[in-house]
Amino acid sequence: MPLIEQGEIVADAWVEVADDAALPAEGGAIISLARRIAEAETLRGRNQPLGVRIPPATRAEALAEHLDGVQLVVVDFPKFRDGRGFTVARDLKERFGFKGVVRAVGHVLPDQYGFLVRCGVDQVVIPEGAKVETWRAALDSFTGAYQTSVGDDRPLSPLKRLLNKAG
Amino acid sequence: MTHVGPVGHAAIYRYDDFDRRFVQERVNQFRDQADRRLAGELTEDEFKPLRLMNGLYLQLHAYMLRVAIPYGVLSSPQLRALAEIGRKYDKGYGHFTTRQNLQFNWIKLEEAADALQALADVDMHAIQTSGNCVRNVTTDQFAGVAADEAEDPRVYAEILRQWSSLHPEFSYLPRKFKIAITGSPNDRAAIKLHDVGLRVLRDPAGSGKLGAEVWVGGGQGRAPFVAKLGRAFVPEEDLLAYLEAILRVYNAYGRRDNMQKARIKILVHELGITEFLRRVDEEFERLKGPRYRLDEAVVADIRRHFAPVPYDADGGATPVLSGDEATAFARWRAANVVDTRAPGYVAVTLSLKPAGGIPGDMTSDQMDAVADLADKHSFSEIRVTHAQNLVLPYVRAAELADVWRALDKLKLAEPNIGLTGDIIACPGLDYCSLANARSIPLAQAISEKFADPARQADIGELHVKISGCINACGHHHVGHIGILGVDKKGAETYQITLGGRADLDAAIGEIAGPAVDAEQVPAVIEKIIEIYLRERSPGERFVDAVARLGVKHFKESLRAAD
Repeated sequence: MPLIEQGEIVADAWVEVADDAALPAEGGAIISLARRIAEAETLRGRNQPLGVRIPPATRAEALAEHLDGVQLVVVDFPKFRDGRGFTVARDLKERFGFKGVVRAVGHVLPDQYGFLVRCGVDQVVIPEGAKVETWRAALDSFTGAYQTSVGDDRPLSPLKRLLNKAG
Repeated sequence: MTHVGPVGHAAIYRYDDFDRRFVQERVNQFRDQADRRLAGELTEDEFKPLRLMNGLYLQLHAYMLRVAIPYGVLSSPQLRALAEIGRKYDKGYGHFTTRQNLQFNWIKLEEAADALQALADVDMHAIQTSGNCVRNVTTDQFAGVAADEAEDPRVYAEILRQWSSLHPEFSYLPRKFKIAITGSPNDRAAIKLHDVGLRVLRDPAGSGKLGAEVWVGGGQGRAPFVAKLGRAFVPEEDLLAYLEAILRVYNAYGRRDNMQKARIKILVHELGITEFLRRVDEEFERLKGPRYRLDEAVVADIRRHFAPVPYDADGGATPVLSGDEATAFARWRAANVVDTRAPGYVAVTLSLKPAGGIPGDMTSDQMDAVADLADKHSFSEIRVTHAQNLVLPYVRAAELADVWRALDKLKLAEPNIGLTGDIIACPGLDYCSLANARSIPLAQAISEKFADPARQADIGELHVKISGCINACGHHHVGHIGILGVDKKGAETYQITLGGRADLDAAIGEIAGPAVDAEQVPAVIEKIIEIYLRERSPGERFVDAVARLGVKHFKESLRAAD
């Protein structure tokens, strides 16, 4: 399925690997949080990009001690109504200082894209055949916000902020 | 687009360019969403949360648009704009709700964006009047004028409006989230029956700082809970950080498996208040600090919008009328008018509860006329109460006779505020797809039965509240007399509760006997009131008599009377 970043389709250099499958010798592999913890020792020796998928009901703090060497965290939205992932993403970036890529997967709507980005999500997997223009437009719907965003806002006052893309 | 905005001296938050652009962008976004829905690009399931967060519900017969009236404050141009929307997009009226909002019941999807544009043109919106997000913040209808008020809650209500508008993290919560705020020791905002209730006060420990007492986990609905104390004092600068902490804990841990158990009151109940607050405190400790600090200068800037209106030194004395008018005027003065903190100025409540009428309904023509009255007598400002009435907050007592005669002509001077006829009712089965039973015809029947103002005055303060289903939009749990529509084998029947109250001594009413048919309800209420009249001590209010005598006593007396 297409992957977008900053409103543009980007290539996906990562593969998801099931818990009982062997990791590819080269390239980025996304594994479960459980495997990240269980195979911590072995993984340390693997000199390839590592991604971790965090289950919907798990808070970011479960991953906090295992972020070392992780370049990508996949946050799962089982249903667009389920907003737990917003808190997970924000915690990863704001609380745990995660510098890698946060990717949203599952059921999200274009209309949530702006919120996702403001909570620290960098990439979103969108449905096959989805209009990327709709997603891009959603990102530009608002030029200002009343709350802090992860990373890139410019405060006019503590309650009013210009979103970076606005200017 | 012709932008009107609030004018005159109304103490109302005035949008700056930022606010205006934000609301305009929201309208544009919605227009695009509605177009995509109409073109079939969005499924109804996907469109639903988007339209809900713009206040658009699909009801039994049409779309309903719920307009936010932030903390119940309106300027006269805004009320005129609502009147015009009612004419153009509804059937010439609107319906004020228990959350200080206004609903239009006959909106077409094709015209919804135009209605939102008409709102934006007068600095209004329908953002987050529904959906699983932070809803329109409510407050005391007498905020800023009440004689008993310690601190002005409107300043913080506006800050909360801004902070909660399209919050990136908290727009897809497990369930809706309602915040009420008061600045008075006599709570008229029912803060203990909200997801979060705030009471603005000075630090009880004596630091002199402004802040708020925070209550959490209250609510009505299927499982009613009175809120528990979160913190006795959160300083102003940390208020947003503390609310972020509460919402973050709720967003992360609130139940999503069962809609009936998804409100924060259930999380607080299931975790226990101690564990819940431990988690909140943990978040709060991390969030406290410059990033979430509410700057003093920002508060001061917003406070300027709510500066006192330019009162005269004295608003004068209530005129004395003679002849036919004397009794009716005196009765209205006693029931619908309260003194304010400004000498000689009073706040006048306009009853939207005529005998036999629909609680909260108002025609567009009435709205226009009230806007004119507000311009003439109340610095162009109008308030909406959670009891579904309106208030002119700054009336010179000397002008009361003129105001009364004008309101009487408009049929807005029923002298029943806080009395038996001032019934709160949800839309019920006449409009709502959730209801088990009708509420409006019942409210009409009861108000007709007690139409005599002298009788209502004799009965005294009595809050009758009717909900058409257990979701409790009519606040039946906290009615002194509560009436709940239940579906009994396909028949609409009603359960009656006694002793509920929504003030700082908030309590949930107890069931007074078996459910009865609609036709019987007014008679049962009459019997309950007869018991009260017979057994009350001098000066004792209904709700106090119920507390003293016990619901059981009423139950037994009712059975004996059968």
